[in-house]
Amino acid sequence: MLNYLWGFMLLTGILWGAANNSLDAVTQGLLNSAGDAVKLCLTMAGVMSFWCGILEVGNRAGLIEWLAYKMEPILTFLFPDLDKDHPARLPISVNMAANMLGLGMAATPAGLEAMKLMQEGKQSKATNAMCTFLIINISSLQLVPVTMIAYRSQYGSSDPAAVLGPALIATGCSTLAAIIFCKLMDLGKAVKEK
Amino acid sequence: MIQWISRMLVPLIISYIVGFGLLSKRPIFDDFLAGAKDGIRTAADILPTLVGLMTAVGVLRTSGFLDAVSGWLTTPAQWLHLPAPLIPLTLVRLISNSAATGLVLDIFTNYGPDSFLGMAASIMMSSTETVFYCISIYFGSVHVTKSRYTLPGAMIATTVGIAASIFLAQK
Repeated sequence: MLNYLWGFMLLTGILWGAANNSLDAVTQGLLNSAGDAVKLCLTMAGVMSFWCGILEVGNRAGLIEWLAYKMEPILTFLFPDLDKDHPARLPISVNMAANMLGLGMAATPAGLEAMKLMQEGKQSKATNAMCTFLIINISSLQLVPVTMIAYRSQYGSSDPAAVLGPALIATGCSTLAAIIFCKLMDLGKAVKEK
Repeated sequence: MIQWISRMLVPLIISYIVGFGLLSKRPIFDDFLAGAKDGIRTAADILPTLVGLMTAVGVLRTSGFLDAVSGWLTTPAQWLHLPAPLIPLTLVRLISNSAATGLVLDIFTNYGPDSFLGMAASIMMSSTETVFYCISIYFGSVHVTKSRYTLPGAMIATTVGIAASIFLAQK
C-alpha cells in the first residue's frame, strides 16, 4: 500500500510542479525536507530513548501482567463467547495492556497470537470475538502519545503535552463507540440465534 | 480539568512505573538502560522512513499540489464540518502511520503545533489508528477473508475519534 502511496506522492508532486513551472522550488523543497527529517530524528532520539527506558522498567517489573490481570472483568464483558479458561484471553489482555502503555512492539505479536487462538478450525470467516478484538484495537487504546508530544516540542510548541488530556478524551470516545457498536452486533447475533 | 490531566499524566506515569519497579525489587536502572537502548534503535530505524516520507510531502507541498487539493475540497469539507487542510491527513491516516506523520509535520510547519489545525492534527493522530493496515495485518495473518462488520465498526470508531479531535481542538 505504501509503495503506491509514496510513488503517487512523489510523481504527482513532480508533475504538478512541472505543470506549474515550479520545479526549482520542488527540488529545493525535497532537499530541505531530507535535512529536516534527519534533524527531527536526532532530537526525537532522546525522548524516544527515555520513554522506552521507562516503559521497559514497567515491563520487566510485571506491569503488563498486572494490568492484564486487572482487565479480566472487562474481558468477560467484551468477549462473552470466550469462556473463562479460553487460551486467547491472556494474549488479548496482554495486547490491550501493551497498547495502552504505547508498547506497540509488545502489542502486535500478542495480538496476532490472540487472533490465531480465537480462530476455531481454519475458517475464513471472522467470529464475533475476532471482530470485536480488531475493532477495539483500531479504536486506539494508547494513553500517552509520546511520539506526538516529541514532534510538537520539536516544532516549537509552547505546551507540547497539551495534547494529552484531549487525546485521552478522544480515545475514550472512539473506544466507547467501538464497544457500543460491537455490543449491538453481539445482540443482533443473539436475537438471530433465538 | 483537561489541562490538568495533560500536565499531570506524564509525571504521574513515570513516578508510578518507577515506584512499581522499586517495590518489586527490580534493578530498575539496568532495566531502564535496556529499554533506552531499544528506543535509540527505534529512532534510528524510523530515520529512513521519515526521510522518504518527509521528502515526498515536501515535494507535494512545494509543488503547490497540497494547497490545490485543499482548495478543491473546501466545499465538501465545509459540508462535513472538517477544515480543508485536514482532509488529506484524514484519508492518509487510514492507510499509513508514517505517511500521516509526514503530513502532520507539514501542518506543524505551516500553521504551528499550537494552532487549531495543529492541535486537531495532534489529537487525531493520538486517538485513531491505521484502519486498513491493521485489518490487513491481523486478518491476513490467519487468512480470514470475510471480515464481516469489522470495517464498518472500525470506521465508526475512527469517525468518532476525528469528530472528538476537532471538537476538543476548538477549546
